[in-house]
Amino acid sequence: MPKKWLSFVSGSAVLALALGIGLGSDNQHLLTIAIQTMLLAALASSWNILGGFAGQISLGHAVFFGLGAQITRELWLDGLPLAVSVAAALLVTAVFAAVVGVPMLRFRDIYFTIGTLALGVAIFLTVGNVRPRLSSLTVEALREYDFSGPYFMTLGVLVVTVAVATWLKNSKVGLGMMAVRDDEAAAGSTGINPLSHKMVAFVVSAGLAAMAGASYAYFTASYYPSFPFSVVWTFEAILVAFVGGMGTITGPLIGSVFFVVGRDALPSSIEEFQVVVFGLLFILVVLLLPGGLLEGAQRFIRRVSKQDTRSTSNEETTKSKGKELV
Amino acid sequence: MSRLILQSAVSGILVGGMYGLVALGLALAFGVLKVLNVAHGELLMLGGYAAFFAFTVWGVDPIVSIPLVFLGLCLFGVILYFTLFRHVTKLAIGPRIKNSLLLSFGLVLVLQALAVRFFTGDERTISTAYSSEAITIGWLRVPVVRLAGLVVAVVAAFLLEWVLTRTRFGLALRATSEDWTRAALTGVNVGWVYLTAFAISAGLAAVAGSLIGLGYSVSPNIGLGWTLKALIVVVLAGLGSMRGIILAGVFLGLTESLAAVWLGGEYREIAALVLFLVVLSVRPQGFFGRAHA
Repeated sequence: MPKKWLSFVSGSAVLALALGIGLGSDNQHLLTIAIQTMLLAALASSWNILGGFAGQISLGHAVFFGLGAQITRELWLDGLPLAVSVAAALLVTAVFAAVVGVPMLRFRDIYFTIGTLALGVAIFLTVGNVRPRLSSLTVEALREYDFSGPYFMTLGVLVVTVAVATWLKNSKVGLGMMAVRDDEAAAGSTGINPLSHKMVAFVVSAGLAAMAGASYAYFTASYYPSFPFSVVWTFEAILVAFVGGMGTITGPLIGSVFFVVGRDALPSSIEEFQVVVFGLLFILVVLLLPGGLLEGAQRFIRRVSKQDTRSTSNEETTKSKGKELV
Repeated sequence: MSRLILQSAVSGILVGGMYGLVALGLALAFGVLKVLNVAHGELLMLGGYAAFFAFTVWGVDPIVSIPLVFLGLCLFGVILYFTLFRHVTKLAIGPRIKNSLLLSFGLVLVLQALAVRFFTGDERTISTAYSSEAITIGWLRVPVVRLAGLVVAVVAAFLLEWVLTRTRFGLALRATSEDWTRAALTGVNVGWVYLTAFAISAGLAAVAGSLIGLGYSVSPNIGLGWTLKALIVVVLAGLGSMRGIILAGVFLGLTESLAAVWLGGEYREIAALVLFLVVLSVRPQGFFGRAHA
């Protein structure tokens, strides 16, 4: 299959480029941008497993990112090796997700979304109450700090996340998730257990988000512990997945490059300006391009190149007009 | 100890009235338009700032400015309806709720960022001459401004109930929320009903915002916290039900403040979350809602 080869070749090329940047460059700005892009790509891909594959729109994804960050940070600053801290963060977050998932995943559609939003905001406010003080690296750690450690850790997390997502997408479990997404009742009647498939998606998604959080904790010199729990992270992950294309492997990757590079290009003197621009962009994508920029571009190319699509698009417009008239 | 519990119970009831008032607008928009506006708290925040600036710049008392702030945010609601939410109301119920949620999620970020830009991140409280006064019953203190909040919440709930049950417009509202296609067939102008319901919902958020600016405080990022409380209240009362919302709000406020006495103030949000999950699991139709088929 040429398509498979194409994705393999382009994937290796991107990976080689990423390795090259990490090994060869000491341009701090470039490295920061690259780390932010990979971090967001990993987070968005992890959200995409739950939201895009299994169709469960979670607005509380930052909880798992934050838990991963906070557990890694506290253990690591207490003197444990980084790898042990990350493993502990991954394990605790996955167990937490499994426990929370039991009541959450019984809620269908909108109730699940409301529930995860409630979880996200409640945990964010509680962490702010319990850990109000800034978390900073020690002076010695700051002296030794260089970008290559966080860079390769984030790259590793991203590779693992994309590998898991790709494997899932082609596996029986992943197919089950997509069946649940498209029609939960129909999937159930063909012998798929919707609850257990949603649970797998929830726990895997949470665990991967925790690893992204861990690389954030390793990368960032100082931050308020509640910040990784902030709804901004959920928003960015969803924005990137939406803009790139939900339920695809490449969507979140392309979306995050677009987002981080675009944010960097906007005037940084007014931070709020960037949020406003991307907030409006997100609103526009939700309103106009439900399949994301990728699918929007594909549809545009198809419409330009093939004339016979015109008849189907006409059909679509009459259909939607019919809906308005009801 | 019993003093502490009783005093916490009183402040819980008072803040619960605000939860109810915030939830009232959210439930109206959800019940009628089937649109879940998570930016409701941001509308509240804007209302709070409107009352704050009306007081500091023109010296208008926040209680007096409530009708003005209500109308101002109604107008903003109209703008939001035409630019954003109207497009969503053309979808079927399922995607309508999901898309409105995502849409308003984006709106949350935009409004928050704009508020930081124009109002700065400072916490603001409207401090009037009567702000520190309190009614004392024995050793029990009831702050006047917070009591005013509860009173306004109850009045607003009764007014809304009156409009819904005693006017032709209310009838159209209820018909639309039951089944908009059949309402349209009987001659209800559904677009007009959607518009006014959304505008009133935004206006109610602003009223809550004024009272929160008076009795509590306003800053650009308070929105989501209040939206969360309102969502919990709406689920407690039963999604789609307008009755008993203030009561559900008071119940949430009481639960939180009593939990804060026993668990420590840091964990009050967790108590609310647990209450929410338990009610949603055990009685998904809420305390006052009817069970769906």
